[in-house]
Amino acid sequence: MAVKLKDLITKERAMRQGHRMCPGCGAPTVVQQALLAVDDPIVITAATGCLEVSTTIYPYNSWGVPFLHSAFENAGANVSGIEAAYVALKKKGKVKKDIKFVAFGGDGGTYDIGLQALSGAAERGHDFTYICYNNQGYMNTGAQRSSATPKGANTSTAPAGTVIPGKIQKPKDLTAIMAAHHIPYVAQTTIFNPMEVIEKVKRAIETPGPAFLNILAPCVLFWRLEPSMQREICKLAAETRFWPIYEVIDGEWKLGYKPRKYVPAEEFLKPQGRFRHLLKGDIGKAVIADFQKDIDEEWEYVLKRCGETWEPQA
Amino acid sequence: MPRKDITSGNWAVAEAMRQINPDVVAAYPITPSTDIPMKFSEFVADGLVDTNLVTVESEHSAISACLAASVSGARVMTASSANGVALMHEIFPIAASYRAPIVFGLVNRCLGAPINIHCDHGDSMAERDSGWIHIYCEDGQEVYDTMIMAVRIAEHKEVLLPVFVCQDGFITSHCFEPVEFLDDEQVTKFIGERDPLLPLLDVDNPVAYGSLALTDYFFEIKRQQIEAMKHVETAYNDVAAEFARVTGRNYPVVDKYRTEDADYIMVIMSSAAGAAKETVDKLREQGHKVGCLRIRLFRPFPAKAIVDALKGAKGIAVCDRAASLGAPAPLFTEIKGALYDAGVHIPANTYVYGLGGRDFFPHNAEEAFMDLINKKMSTGERYLGLRE
Ligand SMILES: Cc1ncc(C[n+]2csc(CCOP(=O)(O)OP(=O)(O)O)c2C)c(N)n1
Ligand code: SF4
Ligand SMILES: [Mg+2]
Repeated sequence: MAVKLKDLITKERAMRQGHRMCPGCGAPTVVQQALLAVDDPIVITAATGCLEVSTTIYPYNSWGVPFLHSAFENAGANVSGIEAAYVALKKKGKVKKDIKFVAFGGDGGTYDIGLQALSGAAERGHDFTYICYNNQGYMNTGAQRSSATPKGANTSTAPAGTVIPGKIQKPKDLTAIMAAHHIPYVAQTTIFNPMEVIEKVKRAIETPGPAFLNILAPCVLFWRLEPSMQREICKLAAETRFWPIYEVIDGEWKLGYKPRKYVPAEEFLKPQGRFRHLLKGDIGKAVIADFQKDIDEEWEYVLKRCGETWEPQA
Repeated sequence: MPRKDITSGNWAVAEAMRQINPDVVAAYPITPSTDIPMKFSEFVADGLVDTNLVTVESEHSAISACLAASVSGARVMTASSANGVALMHEIFPIAASYRAPIVFGLVNRCLGAPINIHCDHGDSMAERDSGWIHIYCEDGQEVYDTMIMAVRIAEHKEVLLPVFVCQDGFITSHCFEPVEFLDDEQVTKFIGERDPLLPLLDVDNPVAYGSLALTDYFFEIKRQQIEAMKHVETAYNDVAAEFARVTGRNYPVVDKYRTEDADYIMVIMSSAAGAAKETVDKLREQGHKVGCLRIRLFRPFPAKAIVDALKGAKGIAVCDRAASLGAPAPLFTEIKGALYDAGVHIPANTYVYGLGGRDFFPHNAEEAFMDLINKKMSTGERYLGLRE
């Protein structure tokens, strides 16, 4: 099970250089780390979004493995169809190799428009791994809000105005929704510790049946973040408990990261231009207080589900 | 030994699917096509097919799974109607562009509102520019035969396009009539194995389906699809000829009924041709030189065959079971265009009939023929069977 860094360094990458995602973008990091976990041949499918458009600009493409994109809301159905074909053709001896199937969707393609297709695929029990690279907005189309966008974020369809301070609602808890499908593997993580991501994806792929990972991956452009801060902001997301890291393996919730100290939400918000408007004035202060309250509540929920307690060092 | 049985249009499709034994079927229920996946799932449950049946959660996922399975290298089939077809709309042009040879049992039903489960051709007509091949069938026998031929046409190396095999909801889909079935072995032999070009599951030769192609390449890629459509009629005729050798049943792209010497011809599609042909016989007995031209292949549009059949006529009545709101009805528009291109000027009346399942009786057909015979010609819209 354990992955050795030494073995990974020389491994051929499934996604090659030359893609056109922004420098510092979290999405290619997710893909590179995830696919390092796979030893079997794989077939990839992706929903419409930044990752897909930036890696397949005709006549070029960055994928060294078979790749299918067809639309925005159907990555779950596409991976179902590929897997169904594989099962049928393998039985007839027309496909000989053992192949794994990985679907990538952005948060828009997963939390929102593609949720039904994903839910259906999970319920039917196809053998696939679905990875949501979650940058908390519709970035490909210019940073509109999604149901993964955090409260208070300035987005292009929930802008920070003089009366309304950005997005009002908190995100839905998609990871718990997927866990409620009682599929064999669900995980939530982010990209500051590559070995941790690789191990989780490896487990997901090696688990027969549906597996789902929700991986927080910054959009440096629309989070208005220094491109060099990709890893740091992900670490802050975990340390502030804004983004709890955990797995749900056969229904067992398992906490993956416990911050040693209490770190206030502001530490996560401050480096990101999308929250800049919250750092001044009374409305902003109230939103941040609310943001902190949401974090504390969600964290309590995750702790409880994992059967854990948390005593931060002073 | 071919066997004859009493069956419905839907069950005829399901039986064809059992004999074709596709690798993957992904389908979702909707009246009036639901019988197809229901019957087919019995075949799956009883181990009569090897098919991996994916009981998806929507039509959008049905066609998405079909598309993905098809480009993976599988032989794929599905069925739907009306709202289901409309929900799939987004994926149809993508499937055609990926050259995915899916065979689709389309049971025609109108598009609401008002909500209505009965037949008209509004659902498939809305998909006429999707890049799929469209074949419209008159009865259960033809539906069965066409499903089998469609596999070969779709997978033809010069074609590689998905096919809609259309039949009229309830009128054909639920009508029990005698159908002659081929032996399983005959079907297996006729369709052969799928030999996929560039399958996704060939991991040693990776391919990417679904690139982003902008102003620099999109146009050329569409042009290739237009070229592929030009190969369809030849492929269709070859497959139909081979099918006729096996079965003795002929299915030309257009079905000419007593048109050779006809002065007045009704142009129509699908089951309503039955009432039209009966009326032709009646009026012939009365000494009127009338005929019926049924359009079977609608996409690609067999303009030459149609013009050849119509060019000697003095007047034609084009009957559409669909309306194009704000413009002339779709079949009428196409027929006029074909005649114009050929330099043939024949007075033509346009009739819309049968929307929402309104019956089309021989007396409706007679009314249109009498307009032609009595030289009541005009370019304005006309309706058959409508209460004004
Ligand atoms: C049916 C449909 N609706 C809308 C769009 C436009 N669209 C393309 S990508 C996208 C947003 C993608 O957001 P997400 O899934 O979060 O991926 P990201 O671009 O953020 O990586 C939208 C709205 C579309 N392609 N298809
Ligand atoms: S816009 Fe954002 S998500 Fe898209 S490539 Fe740039 S950084 Fe990545
Ligand atoms: Mg996004």
